[in-house]
Amino acid sequence: MSALLEVRDLVKEYPVRRGLLRREIGSVKAVNGVSLTLERGRTLGLVGETGCGKSTVGRCLVRLVEPTSGAVYLDGENLTEMSGRDLRAARRRIQLVFQDPYASLDPRQSVGAIIAEPLHLHHLERGNEQARIANLLDLVGLSQSVRDQYPHELSGGQRQRVGIARALALEPEVIVLDEPVSALDVSIQAGVLNLLEELQQRLDLAYLFISHDLSVVRHVSHEVAVMYLGRIVERVDADRLYSSPKHPYTKAMLSAVPVPDPRIERSRQRIVLEGDLPSPLDLPGGCAFRSRCWKQTDRCAIGPSLIDEQGHAVACHHPELE
Amino acid sequence: MNEVQPQTSATIRTRSTFWRRFTRHRMAVLGAVILTLLAAACFGATLVAPYPRDQQDLLLGPVAPSAEHWLGTDELGRDYLTEILYAGQVSMLLAISVALIATSIGVLIGAVAGYRGGWIDDLFMRVTDLFLVVPAIALLALALQGLGHSPLAIIIVLSLIGWTYIARVVRGQVLSLREREFIDAARVIGATDRQVLVRHVLPNLGGVIAVNVALAVAGTIIIESTLSFLGFGIQPPESSWGNMLSQASGLIGTPKVYLLYFPGLFILVTVLAVNFVGDGLRDALDPRSTASSASSRGYS
Repeated sequence: MSALLEVRDLVKEYPVRRGLLRREIGSVKAVNGVSLTLERGRTLGLVGETGCGKSTVGRCLVRLVEPTSGAVYLDGENLTEMSGRDLRAARRRIQLVFQDPYASLDPRQSVGAIIAEPLHLHHLERGNEQARIANLLDLVGLSQSVRDQYPHELSGGQRQRVGIARALALEPEVIVLDEPVSALDVSIQAGVLNLLEELQQRLDLAYLFISHDLSVVRHVSHEVAVMYLGRIVERVDADRLYSSPKHPYTKAMLSAVPVPDPRIERSRQRIVLEGDLPSPLDLPGGCAFRSRCWKQTDRCAIGPSLIDEQGHAVACHHPELE
Repeated sequence: MNEVQPQTSATIRTRSTFWRRFTRHRMAVLGAVILTLLAAACFGATLVAPYPRDQQDLLLGPVAPSAEHWLGTDELGRDYLTEILYAGQVSMLLAISVALIATSIGVLIGAVAGYRGGWIDDLFMRVTDLFLVVPAIALLALALQGLGHSPLAIIIVLSLIGWTYIARVVRGQVLSLREREFIDAARVIGATDRQVLVRHVLPNLGGVIAVNVALAVAGTIIIESTLSFLGFGIQPPESSWGNMLSQASGLIGTPKVYLLYFPGLFILVTVLAVNFVGDGLRDALDPRSTASSASSRGYS
């Protein structure tokens, strides 16, 4: 119970309705029993392809999405059972930075108003609101002159910094970063990533870093969890994941990352996955990856669970050897 | 961290940029000036009007426009300009009240329906449909038969009928706004439903609301004329531009037909001016319409 954030068996199902009467004909399990822990001052990367449920996990943590079952503990308190005043108070401690920094800023508010809003909502002005805004702009590396500007007048990187400043205004302990740089130009990404690292060290923040970009995740994460169709298939510290992946899916994913050196790039062995993602409406029993896996056997029809061996957790009957 | 320079508060700047954006719209400024002058003349009629109200000059009778009577006189020798200014009080008050009340009702119902969704949405929208399918003129005639023809009764009835259009528009806007990510962002920082509506949904409806108020002012003046023409509107001796118009309509084909043009002209000018002001407000309320080249300013 020592972890700052602990997620236990998180499940989110979406009902699927068809026909004139909108009868429920089944459900999609966007998140299917995810468990995570996160310590203060650490970064957990959550990677997976589009639609694997990684963003849904992030949204469940801040209660933008109500989980179907499972629990989220922040310092031992169950967030999923909170409502009203308690939830508002807990929201101060866990914040979210959105993927699209333009869509997530109200076009009618100036930067100053955007950053001040969380202070107003939680009555934290304490009479020196202007100083606090100045301080936050400074913290995220924006000049004071942007305060009176509107989101459409800013560059992508500046907008994302505004989004980060808004999240920081409440002095949270955990920040869920939902693909925080994937909407930005590559040249801008590094600046924002460095800022995030700097803020983590200065403020002892814990990050859940959600991304589909393996190289970005490697750069920022202490530990990485790989998701496939709503489940975590592998979880280990970042270095070991990249040097010796155990799950075939992780291995295939890593083999697809291009290498900047053309000579190595040419000789690189790529694993090309056959077939498509199975329909999430009709998931195969057992290992969800087996329909595309080159190692699959009859055993795979019975679900492998995530087994932790010396800090390297993998859900596979035929893991790669180290 | 660094020096904290005292800044002008954000709201003050917002107001001044609002003003700058509005004044860039020349027709809107012209409309605003015309409306202000018209309103001042009508409501200050006791000071401005060339003759006392209802002063008859039976010996004079109806005369054409002249230096003494700019817009001529009616059958009873009353100065027509004076009459139009006093009638304008009723018409303007009526139009503005109806526009504001109907828009408020419509925005409230549309916003709640769109934001809440589910059965509330279904209920509100079926009620709106009900109002839309009943012929408005028939309903108006019936209601005014019961309530009498006082300006207050007309304001109430027109407001109760006029909110449906804006309710539908606002609902549609809110449905799309609701899915925008900045609404989620507001929830994450702890805003309640009401705070989300007031702080983020309503401000983003500003343009739609401004345009609708303008349309409703224009529409009300015209509906009131129609009602007067049919005999359900403001009744003499109380006068409005609408009933002056309908009274003068009997003069078509006579040399005194100009008595029809003058109230019509006042209606036309007011309606146009209001529409220009509405356009200007819509643009002024949208920060993006500034489009200043500031994409890279202020990066440190």
